[in-house]
Amino acid sequence: MYPFSCHVPYPVQFRNIKKSLIQSVKAALLLGVGILGHFLFSSCSAPSNVERAIDEQILHFGLGAEPQYLDPHLATSVAAHNILSALLEGLVSEDPKTLKPLPGVAESWVISEDKKTYIFQIRKEARWHNGDPVTANDFIYSYKRILNPNLGAQYASMLYVLKNAKIYHEGKKTWDEANVGVKALNTHSLQLTLENQTPYFLELLNHYSWFPVHQPTLEKFDAFARIGTKWTKPQNFIGNGPFQLSDHKINSVIEVKASKEYWDANRTKLSAIRFYPIETADTEERGFRTGFLHVTQTVSSDRIDFLKKKHPEWIHFEPYLGTYYYRFNLKAPPFDDLRVRKALSLSVNRKLLVEKVLKGGQLPAYCFTPPDTGGFTAKKGYGYDPEQAKVLLDSYLKEKGLQTLPPFELSYNTSEGHKKVAEALQAMWKKSLGVDIQLTNMEWKVFLSSITKGDYALARAGWIGDYVDANTFLHLWRTGEGNNLTGWSNQEYDRALNLAEQSLNPAERFIHFQNCEDLLAEEIPILPLYFYVQVSLRHPSVQGWYPTLLDHHPYKYVYLDNGVK
Amino acid sequence: MKSFFISRLLQTIPTLLIIATLTFFMTRFAPGGPFDSEKAIPEEIKVNLESHFGLNLPLFDQYLLYMKNLLAGDLGPSFKYVGWDVSELIGVAFPVSLGLGVSALLIALFVGLPAGMVAALRKNTLWDYLPMGLAMVGICLPTFVLGPILIMIFSTKLNLLPALGWYSWSDLILPSLTLGLFYAAYIARLTRAGMLETLKQDYVRTARAKGASPSRVVIKHALRGGLLPVVTFLGPAFAGLVSGSFIIESIFFIPGLGKFFVTAAFNRDYTMVLGTVLFYATLIIALNLLVDFLQAWLDPKAREQR
Repeated sequence: MYPFSCHVPYPVQFRNIKKSLIQSVKAALLLGVGILGHFLFSSCSAPSNVERAIDEQILHFGLGAEPQYLDPHLATSVAAHNILSALLEGLVSEDPKTLKPLPGVAESWVISEDKKTYIFQIRKEARWHNGDPVTANDFIYSYKRILNPNLGAQYASMLYVLKNAKIYHEGKKTWDEANVGVKALNTHSLQLTLENQTPYFLELLNHYSWFPVHQPTLEKFDAFARIGTKWTKPQNFIGNGPFQLSDHKINSVIEVKASKEYWDANRTKLSAIRFYPIETADTEERGFRTGFLHVTQTVSSDRIDFLKKKHPEWIHFEPYLGTYYYRFNLKAPPFDDLRVRKALSLSVNRKLLVEKVLKGGQLPAYCFTPPDTGGFTAKKGYGYDPEQAKVLLDSYLKEKGLQTLPPFELSYNTSEGHKKVAEALQAMWKKSLGVDIQLTNMEWKVFLSSITKGDYALARAGWIGDYVDANTFLHLWRTGEGNNLTGWSNQEYDRALNLAEQSLNPAERFIHFQNCEDLLAEEIPILPLYFYVQVSLRHPSVQGWYPTLLDHHPYKYVYLDNGVK
Repeated sequence: MKSFFISRLLQTIPTLLIIATLTFFMTRFAPGGPFDSEKAIPEEIKVNLESHFGLNLPLFDQYLLYMKNLLAGDLGPSFKYVGWDVSELIGVAFPVSLGLGVSALLIALFVGLPAGMVAALRKNTLWDYLPMGLAMVGICLPTFVLGPILIMIFSTKLNLLPALGWYSWSDLILPSLTLGLFYAAYIARLTRAGMLETLKQDYVRTARAKGASPSRVVIKHALRGGLLPVVTFLGPAFAGLVSGSFIIESIFFIPGLGKFFVTAAFNRDYTMVLGTVLFYATLIIALNLLVDFLQAWLDPKAREQR
């Protein structure tokens, strides 16, 4: 088209430009390298968090998630516990190794003969972080607040062990009319009267729902019966625990510093704890490996084998008070028939599941309550017997005139871990029983909503104990309990559970608990699969930190030292 | 030009209202709610919780209330981060995402533009194949692979840069590199294509024929036209960058906007979903508007049409 165009020395024309361009690219690259280098050299000299920590005594803690609330009466998460147990202290505190109750704000207590009345002597030196003394009235105010029906506290039922607390909480009577079993005998002695004898009452007091709040602060923010006020912000929060809240940057860091006002401040060795809400396990691990964190919340399951082999000094497997299980929906076929439930249960090889699929040190669950929960270890109830399973299923199919069991759905919330377990069970059932099951994964809130509505056949579930007593597990299957959701109800079970709640003799209680476990294993409304294990990374310099069933680690005993552990 | 500007500006108001309305109802029709949890809550407690946040009102009343507050500039409280207002949270997270986004974009431009220009000028030579090959790798290599690789090299092995966090200047380098290189790859390819296109144009030849210096031809004449596709790409890319990247934020533990954006939907944090969607929409609209003006300035043809 343009004949002359082919005569124009195109490349020659641009050679100079190319040169100057390449030069400028080089210059830009040099500049970039220079800037990068500046940062590299300025930052490489800075020692990591962990390297500085022994001098500073600052613990860097992987928190796992940003807590929804920092208000002890509204909190519902493990992350919130990890913060609140630094900021506040209840009447009793925990032994760092056994979690048995030790004196806390109360220096001593007297228990009445019928074990229903406790009188706590609050120590005179107990102080709020602003210097105010902690008094019996602070506890009364706090109990009144969490039980106030208008607050909408999710954990208010933890206080139902108090006499008449339930009546008040349900809004049927006012505080005075209800006569809740809480009374200040004087400023420093508090009397608590219980509905029933409760052998685990003192342990219960270490749950954050029982922690006191500072009345003047809450009144200032009108937070008595209101959610979402600003009293939990660092500049406003006044606690009474070994640490005080000093900084809160959302999704970044929550920092607490040792409080001088705390009555046992001499024991606290850490000067501060920095909590990082890192949700991704791999990110946490990278943080740990580069000296950013002392402790991680979890370890990605794919990394366990590697870390076990290469860094056994970092990785810790510790028993944790939780059970992973499946729920049957007993309201619809085929799980309204015991034989089907039993057949499925008998063909699950739990040992294989934990050893070959999970590989994280979990324990196979042949009962619902984890072993040694408050001294109680249930007998093996759920067995493995694929042959008997086949017989049971055949008898069901024959009676119903079916060739095979119609396919049913196994629902779980989207997660790689849940998927692995579901696929393993799918294969086991296919192999032993020839049953086809369909796996349905759902987004978390959709999953919750369909379980609550009873719109499921078989669904994944998990339960973490709130206190170290079998009751925290077995109460789930009581008739009408909100978490039951299986449609299972058994009067004998309810009776055994009530007897266990009222009995004070441990041996006798364990017999009742065992009866409950036996009934679960006989009727199989649920399918326990494994007991949780807390897998985490912990730097060897973290001292005074012991494995506990609830993963509680009272911080006043924790310190950082390079000495041989 | 002026009327174009005014009409475009006026169009944004109904657009935002429609987005707000659609988002409002879509989030409400999703199963589950902000206060569902694995632990069963007694019904009366749930009612109390919901009434704190006005969720007990009829849906349409909630909508009207939300719109009324929205017009007054109030995005409401977050349901997930209780005690924080949505605008407060966005206010904290946006500067973080802005810092990260701008530095990533600068890296993307510094790397992508020269690479694309060199490749176009030295078409079908090593100077073309090398940057374009790398760009292809950059586009194909997702940030969740590149990020951990960079961390492995610079943090775990060499111990030079922090692996995570957002506490000092050095925390900026690895995430903005990860994010920036990904965009650099796109920019390089777009620049190359744009430059090749304009280098063939008559006006470039005319400029050369008139004796303009080679650097003047490239920078004044060719580059201006060659950048058009890049500019079109930059508007939405910039909006995407500064509104946060969930993946980068998770890998590097950065308290940016991206996390709110994604998790708000999972948490059924209704006000947060609306807040982030509206924020993003406003940003996109504003930047697209800006792109239109830039294009008009760069491209005489577009200027004529308007």
